[in-house]
Amino acid sequence: MLASLEGAITAAVLALTAVGLSLVFGVMRVVNIAHGEFFMLGAVIAWWIAHSLGGHPVIGFSVALVAAPLVVGALAVAADMTILKRLNYDPERTIVATIGVLYIIQQMTLMGYGPDARPVEPPFNTRLAIPWVEHGAEGWAMIWPWGLGTTSYKLAVIGAAVVLLCGVWILMSRTRFGLVMRATQADRDMALAFGIPVERVYALVFGLGAALAALAGVLIVPIQQAHYLMGADPLLLSFIVVIIGGLGSLPGTVLAAVLIGMSDGIISVFFSPTLAKILATLLVGLVLVFRPQGLFGAQSE
Amino acid sequence: MSTPKNRPETKPTGTTTRRGAMKTLAAGLGAASLPMWARYSHAQTAEPIKIGFQVHRTGIGAAYGRWYGRTTEAAAKLINDGGGINGRMVEIVAEDDGTDPKRGAEVVEKFANQHGCDIAFGTLFSHVVIGSAPRAGELKMPYFVVSEGHHVASGMLNRYTLQPGITDVKSQVQAMAPFVAQNLGKKVTMVFPDFAFGHDHRDFFTQAIEAQGGEVLAHIAIPPSETSFTKYFPKIPRETEVLYHVMVGPAVLTFVKELGEFFGPARPEMFGFIDSLEAVAIDSPGLEYLEGTYFWEGNPRHAQADQSEHDKFFRAAVGVNDRGASISDPSDVSTYAHMFGCWETLHVIKAGMEASGYAGTQDRAALIEAVEAMTDMPESRAHPQGAKLFNGKTHQVFGHQYISKVTGGKLLRVHTTSIEDTLYPDETDYTTQPF
Repeated sequence: MLASLEGAITAAVLALTAVGLSLVFGVMRVVNIAHGEFFMLGAVIAWWIAHSLGGHPVIGFSVALVAAPLVVGALAVAADMTILKRLNYDPERTIVATIGVLYIIQQMTLMGYGPDARPVEPPFNTRLAIPWVEHGAEGWAMIWPWGLGTTSYKLAVIGAAVVLLCGVWILMSRTRFGLVMRATQADRDMALAFGIPVERVYALVFGLGAALAALAGVLIVPIQQAHYLMGADPLLLSFIVVIIGGLGSLPGTVLAAVLIGMSDGIISVFFSPTLAKILATLLVGLVLVFRPQGLFGAQSE
Repeated sequence: MSTPKNRPETKPTGTTTRRGAMKTLAAGLGAASLPMWARYSHAQTAEPIKIGFQVHRTGIGAAYGRWYGRTTEAAAKLINDGGGINGRMVEIVAEDDGTDPKRGAEVVEKFANQHGCDIAFGTLFSHVVIGSAPRAGELKMPYFVVSEGHHVASGMLNRYTLQPGITDVKSQVQAMAPFVAQNLGKKVTMVFPDFAFGHDHRDFFTQAIEAQGGEVLAHIAIPPSETSFTKYFPKIPRETEVLYHVMVGPAVLTFVKELGEFFGPARPEMFGFIDSLEAVAIDSPGLEYLEGTYFWEGNPRHAQADQSEHDKFFRAAVGVNDRGASISDPSDVSTYAHMFGCWETLHVIKAGMEASGYAGTQDRAALIEAVEAMTDMPESRAHPQGAKLFNGKTHQVFGHQYISKVTGGKLLRVHTTSIEDTLYPDETDYTTQPF
């Protein structure tokens, strides 16, 4: 029970981060190594906003929830226009370029924000205990043992992630922007011929991907604390998720995130967290060998 | 030699050539730097004593590094204001080791070859010390560590590595076990970080509590770079009477918070090493449950009612208030239980250099012998944490340990161990190793 709850939180945050990565790859064919740093920036900006606004945690957190993705998204759009566009979105060179962006963002954060981990207070946080029925000395009794409990904030993170993912799905399938994105994804040259401003779409997609990562960062920071190196883990896990789910496939990504997150939670609790990581990496290897396009990826031409 | 022979020797004078410009520049540079090295040329001994300070500026030890830095600067200032060492000023040459063993060894090398340091000093995290000490030994560079690990006294390192300013984990946990067994319970579960420092806790506390008739039900090792902990806690056995926790790294606040959320109102007794809360305010939201729990403290963070004048002086010099936070920013909580080690180590270095008449790198062996000859270190301005006893054979110092109980949001000292409680038989004799 606790295991699946912990797993669900991992899955929720992972899904948000990975969807951003997957979106960027699907539409732009850019492997964004700096994705984890956008996640980190979201968390750091959340701390900065919450810290400078002061007052009740709710104020700072809700401002951060809106502002951090916008700031990070804008930054990503700028990175796209100044760097990736100049490289003509060449797959190999963009990898190197995003590695550069990774280090620039990471070290700038280190210089400006410092090497400390800093907490952000959750807007609400009550411990919810789950009762347990146990056969004790006086027969069956309901007890409230330690360990069986979670916090309202953790549940809210899961809820928020589900809502956001639905939002992304609606954006992709029901709006004009989604249509344009899918058109660009399907065939860049044809989209260009039909008058779709592909470069602007690219910039916006890159921004959107980064904003989703930042949003995940804001959601996680009351649970984890903001730290300049926190981007590495989600980056690795996002890649695992995206590879398993199939690069560029949204439902695949979400499903893989749930799979990896839940298994991570459950295996961590019952066996060991290291084993969970080993299994996730093994799964990636197996997927790459037997189904290189991922579970849901379309067969490439 | 680099000019080809068939090349015309000189170009017409008056034109600016690149070679000429470089020469002029180099000469200018030499002239500009002249006063820097000419300053000491008249008297070799007026040169400052350079102490290479290996510090965790970044990486998982950054919070400790920040305070180790402040303490070291304060101690160096005090020593210099008092006339320096043997009439020479002390210069601290700080280099970031990134809390990384490989980088640590490189930093030691830099001190020797690039900065020309007299000695190296500083770092905390045990894996960095274990990674750096062999290089210091090869370079024949005295290496004074402030690390707490048992690796110095265990004989794992070498004659050039000394720990005269902070006690080691083995003596700390050995002194804690009787208190835990008598006051809290005998069935213990340990949660510790998964590297050398944590393994010291695991091995020595398990031994020590068994000697008290207790037992450890489960060992839970957590990687020090972990950021989310709840998934480790379900392994805590239900019959646990005492939870023994020690954690390090950037996420310690999350660690204690999640521990609280995990237990809710039904927690067992808890005994923690203050490492789990170093650089974290005890009144942070979510830590209310710690009320009534116990902590080992290397040096009581909150000024006690019977605070010594030396502790008062030490706090003022480093810039720390009565709650162990920075005077200029009360939200910046110090690593009070450890950082005194830097202060005391620098004073031991001073005493050692004075006793050996240290004049330069040729006297490094004499310095080590002088420190090895030390025994009693009375409580004083140089030793504000308390009296200490140095063992020259194992290169390790022994001292009082403190146990505090969280009472009304304050760490109130409830027990002080004697130095004898912390002693154990020698495991090595470094003095038999040649220099």
